[in-house]
Amino acid sequence: MTAETESASAPDAIIEFRDARYELPGGQVLLNHINLSVARGETLVLLGRSGAGKTTALKLINRLLDPTAGEVRVDGKTTVQWDPIALRRHIGYVIQETGLFPHYTVEQNVALVPRLERWPGGQVRTRVVELLTLVGLDPVRFLGRYPHELSGGQRQRVGLARALAADPPILLMDEPFGALDPLTRGEIRAEFRALEQRLRKTVVIVTHDTGEALELGTRLALLEAGELRGVYSPKEFLQSNEPVAAAYISQLRMVEKTERQP
Amino acid sequence: MSVTAYFAQHWNEILQATIEHLWLVVITMLLACAIGIPLGILAARKPWLSKPILGSANVAETIPSLALFGFLLPLPWLGARADRLAIAALTLYALLPIIRNTVAGITGVDPAVREAARGMGMTGSQILWRVELPLSFSTILAGIRVATVLTVGIATIAAAVGSGGLGEFIFRGLAMVNNAVILAGAIPAAVLALLADLVLGLLERRLRPASAG
Repeated sequence: MTAETESASAPDAIIEFRDARYELPGGQVLLNHINLSVARGETLVLLGRSGAGKTTALKLINRLLDPTAGEVRVDGKTTVQWDPIALRRHIGYVIQETGLFPHYTVEQNVALVPRLERWPGGQVRTRVVELLTLVGLDPVRFLGRYPHELSGGQRQRVGLARALAADPPILLMDEPFGALDPLTRGEIRAEFRALEQRLRKTVVIVTHDTGEALELGTRLALLEAGELRGVYSPKEFLQSNEPVAAAYISQLRMVEKTERQP
Repeated sequence: MSVTAYFAQHWNEILQATIEHLWLVVITMLLACAIGIPLGILAARKPWLSKPILGSANVAETIPSLALFGFLLPLPWLGARADRLAIAALTLYALLPIIRNTVAGITGVDPAVREAARGMGMTGSQILWRVELPLSFSTILAGIRVATVLTVGIATIAAAVGSGGLGEFIFRGLAMVNNAVILAGAIPAAVLALLADLVLGLLERRLRPASAG
């Protein structure tokens, strides 16, 4: 075990999994014995293959799911103690398919949470313009557009702006760049990294892409078949001798090698 | 007597019957929407209620209309007035397409959109009013359109229990073996059905969510 995992009970932990388990009503265990803590301001990547339980872990944080055993704490309170609506408005949520409302303009989509929180109209408008600029979309051109008039990358930017709208301290992202072509993905990823360094949010990102995990994460939590295999800094991960981690690294090396070939 | 001559002679009566007919259809549709849309929402939200709700509506749909009017006749409050009876029976028929399309519209909302709405901290009723209903509106309207056209047709049969409307001419013509009289009921009914179809169809196209158009 590494130094990072020992900081599991660090006092500045904003999200904490304590022996959390999630089991489907049919008895299938999707997550088991998860102990993990996320420090304020860090970017934790949940890495694992499809079906490893990454998305389930994410949904336990904003209470789209309740743990069937153990607990998940956000800001010191268990998610079950939180009012789910208050908890979710406290946490930004970005998903791969964006989930933008097709009948809302870009402006209305981004303004969603501030409106739900009953911000004054003028303030909402200012915030929307600010956010679109932040994610690299020209407000003048994009405010009035509908999601179907946007490219995949633009949609993902709007999804990010919407998640950030009410300035939540925590941001959850479920394969946010997964549906994008490699070039756009690289661009947005780099921009997001720069953005994250400015905003200092606590971010939990789900991905199955090792390169993405190493680029964005301050720490990597490796999940396999519902169990946490280890938590590493990017450097530790690259040097790890554990077979699971090694498998991811060799896959990464292979991609790099093929990409370098003429 | 030729059809045109009959129309010319009885236009006043035909207009009267058309208005009665329209009134039956409008009241029926208002009731059917008021009952069918909430039932459809319920069936979409609670899957265990979906079968009983859709099943009952399906059964109502299979009862022959004349028989249904007969069944309702002995009921105390309903049987007392012909128009009440007719509207109750017509409403039962109109329910199925409305319920079915409401269910289809709501369950057809992109799961990612619903998940995002939940993850964003919208309450159940906010999701219903701001996301699910606006996005399924054109589908629900398509159901209302089918139900309206259906009701215009079945309402002619309601004349059998004395509720008035264009069916009066049809039954009278049948009794008299006079095609002109039958057509005096059938043609306006067909025109009503076509007009309803056209108007609701235009509305539906206009309200279709932007992403689908």
